[in-house]
Amino acid sequence: MSVEHASKRIIEGYVRGGVDLSADEVWAVEAHLEMCRVCRDRLSAAVGAGVPAVASLVDTVWSGLEPQLAVTATMPRRRRRSAPLSRWMTPTMVPWLAMVVGVTLLALLLDLSGTGSGEVSLVLLLAPVLPVLGVAASWSRGLDPAYELTASVPRAGLYLVLRRTASVLAVVVPLLLVGGWVTGVMVAQWLLPCLAFTSTTLALGGVVGVTRAAVVLATVWAVLVVAPTLATSRTAFALQTGGLPAWGLILALGVGVVIARRGAYTVLGTHQ
Amino acid sequence: MTTGKNMGREHHMTSAVSAADIAPTAYAWEIRATGLKVKVGRKRMAVDGLDLSLGIGVHGLLGPNGAGKTTLIRALATVLRPTEGSLELLGESVGGMGEHRAVRRRIGYLPQEFGYYKRFTVREFVEYMAWLKEVPKADIPAAVQRAVERVGLAERADERMKALSGGMVRRVGIAQAIVNDPTILLLDEPTVGLDPAQRLRFRELLQELGKDTCVLVSTHLVEDVAVACTDVVVFAEGRLVFQGSPDELVSVGGPEHVGDSPLERGYSALLLNPEQGRGTW
Repeated sequence: MSVEHASKRIIEGYVRGGVDLSADEVWAVEAHLEMCRVCRDRLSAAVGAGVPAVASLVDTVWSGLEPQLAVTATMPRRRRRSAPLSRWMTPTMVPWLAMVVGVTLLALLLDLSGTGSGEVSLVLLLAPVLPVLGVAASWSRGLDPAYELTASVPRAGLYLVLRRTASVLAVVVPLLLVGGWVTGVMVAQWLLPCLAFTSTTLALGGVVGVTRAAVVLATVWAVLVVAPTLATSRTAFALQTGGLPAWGLILALGVGVVIARRGAYTVLGTHQ
Repeated sequence: MTTGKNMGREHHMTSAVSAADIAPTAYAWEIRATGLKVKVGRKRMAVDGLDLSLGIGVHGLLGPNGAGKTTLIRALATVLRPTEGSLELLGESVGGMGEHRAVRRRIGYLPQEFGYYKRFTVREFVEYMAWLKEVPKADIPAAVQRAVERVGLAERADERMKALSGGMVRRVGIAQAIVNDPTILLLDEPTVGLDPAQRLRFRELLQELGKDTCVLVSTHLVEDVAVACTDVVVFAEGRLVFQGSPDELVSVGGPEHVGDSPLERGYSALLLNPEQGRGTW
């Protein structure tokens, strides 16, 4: 891109106060100077050489400003990247995610050593509720000190909910993938319940608050699936391949409700 | 220092006025509530039929504890939905469901319980808030620096929040509220934890902000209102008791009322007899 710069005649005329320039030339050169560093340099050189009155005025202004500038701390020119991670998860989510990772590893270890619950894979049993814990942590009033501020910003709402949920899933899903691969459980068998539970938490969370929804769903899961499975040492029907269409349906429903009620995520009630 | 060097320093100059600045406003009041009711919990109506119009300037929101000041400010910050009545911010109705992103971009809010992340530095926290408030990415560093300088924390900007005193944390709260150059600024008890000197500087900042912003400051300290506010709103039991200038509030009180200053006497006179003060003065 070639830029046309102001001519020497115009710059010098402008320095002399613009008396021998026409009005449109003055207007054009001012607009150009606002954007062009090269011509500002030429202007200041011309001022320094040709018009001592203006140069001394500028110096006076600078000497007046300098004491004030000296006491104001300047912004550091180069800084380390400021926590881009915080745009995906709040700092308070990190310990919770660490806990979720720990629980998964423990379940995996028990599965592999065979001391778990016999025929049933613990990873499979826990997979649906693990991300729910992380999602709950990201919207909990008790865990996130800045919850009220967060609720009041334009970026709050479905966008932030999905962003934080995605970051939870980004940590949990790869881990479960490894766990599933090691223990030989089919991916869809845990991934569908896992996503279905997450979407249901968000859908219910829009009504009663995300943390409350997570507690309710985790309890329901523990009572209806985990307890009978551990008691009978047989994989519950819900986790067998026959249950997959039902999980798919729940997932679709959950996503539908979340989208339909997206306005609900901007109020304080969601943080309960 | 040569002038050439200084003038050659690159600034990203933009035109002094943008189209948005000179566009005519399509509303008469920045904040306008009619018959506003906001419920807290299942039963209690914390704001009960409020009619209030606020324009540019500094408005002090006075009222006894439990009068519903925080609930009102939360409703104005659009984090609580009104149960009844209408609420218009910057000409847009914010009563119903919806994300109100455009309006929220122009609101600054300091909650009463200002929660923050201890491990963040001041700059990181204000930057994070600027990002949440959808300040354009390129403008964030300068906007953060300006906000931090305005509250006098430029020297401490790169210290972690946990190393700050209570008053400084409060100032970070004010900095995050003004980082997006809001048109409506809602401050809930901003002077708590500030020492007298800081309080003076805060009042100066309020007066400066009040020139082009609709500032609503809730407080239970009458002397905050006397100096910094152009307009006083007295709020009790969810209703508007008085709206007028500080001088008008003074004129309500007489020597028989309790209080150390004329303003306090006016305030306690209103709370004794709420019916008397209603309406215009």
